[in-house]
Amino acid sequence: MHSHEGEIEIAEGKKFLIRIRRERCKGCEICIEFCPKKVFEGDELGHPIPERIDECIGCGTCELRCPDFAIEVIPKECHDSEEKS
Amino acid sequence: MSKRSREVSWKAFLREENLPHQWCPGCGYGVILKSMLYAFEKGGIAPKDVVVVTGIGCWGKADDYLYANTVHVTHGRALPVATGIKVANPSMKVIALMGDGDSATIGGNHLIHSSRRNIDVVALVANNLNYGMTGGQYSCTTPLYSRTSTSWYGDPEPALDICRLSETAGASFVARTTVYHAAMIEKYIGMALSHEGFSLVEVISPCPTYFGRYNKLSKAPQMLKWLKEQSIPIERVKDLSEENLKEKFVTGVFADKKGHSFLSRYREIQSRARNELESE
Repeated sequence: MHSHEGEIEIAEGKKFLIRIRRERCKGCEICIEFCPKKVFEGDELGHPIPERIDECIGCGTCELRCPDFAIEVIPKECHDSEEKS
Repeated sequence: MSKRSREVSWKAFLREENLPHQWCPGCGYGVILKSMLYAFEKGGIAPKDVVVVTGIGCWGKADDYLYANTVHVTHGRALPVATGIKVANPSMKVIALMGDGDSATIGGNHLIHSSRRNIDVVALVANNLNYGMTGGQYSCTTPLYSRTSTSWYGDPEPALDICRLSETAGASFVARTTVYHAAMIEKYIGMALSHEGFSLVEVISPCPTYFGRYNKLSKAPQMLKWLKEQSIPIERVKDLSEENLKEKFVTGVFADKKGHSFLSRYREIQSRARNELESE
């Protein structure tokens, strides 16, 4: 499931959410290459599209390696509690 | 993972309105900046207690993306300014952000003397192996025979080892890692922040735009993997011959010494002077 929250693009998987800020992404393809579960597919500009989001194990490699502060991985329950508060 | 329940969030330091930053796609500086903020968060340091001094160069732009006390100084002079700030405000955490040109070439002299003084400043050196901002000329840390815009058929100069230089000059904490080993950057910066005395953390960073493109490593993931291949943990160095260590990046903690720092010696001399004056 994909949705938007302002400028942030949200992909929702079984256990984790991936939040991507497109305007910050420069298409370096690091997240695509280093994801251990190969969750992302690159578009023509090298921006990540979380095609296999259900595979995400929440290791946070993409978030740690992203040089552009463009990607975040959040456990689903944390996101829900954030919304309530 | 972004769920960290700490007192100060790393996001408190980040000037989000200035993003996207000006660094190239795949540049490792964003990762180093983020790791530094993680280390601040982990150490429970608030933005008001940090002074970030930056020099000139791509890495010198890091202060644009920070909410903290920041000073942007002339080329190579980050350490003298940081020294002054630390001596005047000993309670502040002072961290000098320098590139390879800033710390080892134009500011090389200051690096030696700050190490010798063992002044309580953290020097975070981001080494991208060339002068990225001015067009990829070779610097003193460019590996031997690498192609750069001013050494098209190979750099004739062997690279300077910043960590060994600083350690020899007397720095009490010295560590090196690469952007590939992203989790280690946070760890070493954390260790440096809690250390008493001069602490230098060198991070080898990919520059896919210049160094990478000229050396057949133009894709960022490819360059990160190259960094992994080129690095050797310091524990393994003694088993390897000099031939095997050529143009490799030795990673790990080079020095972690306890003892007198500049400020502790200075306080000692101050009290000695006071006692002498009172007895006169």
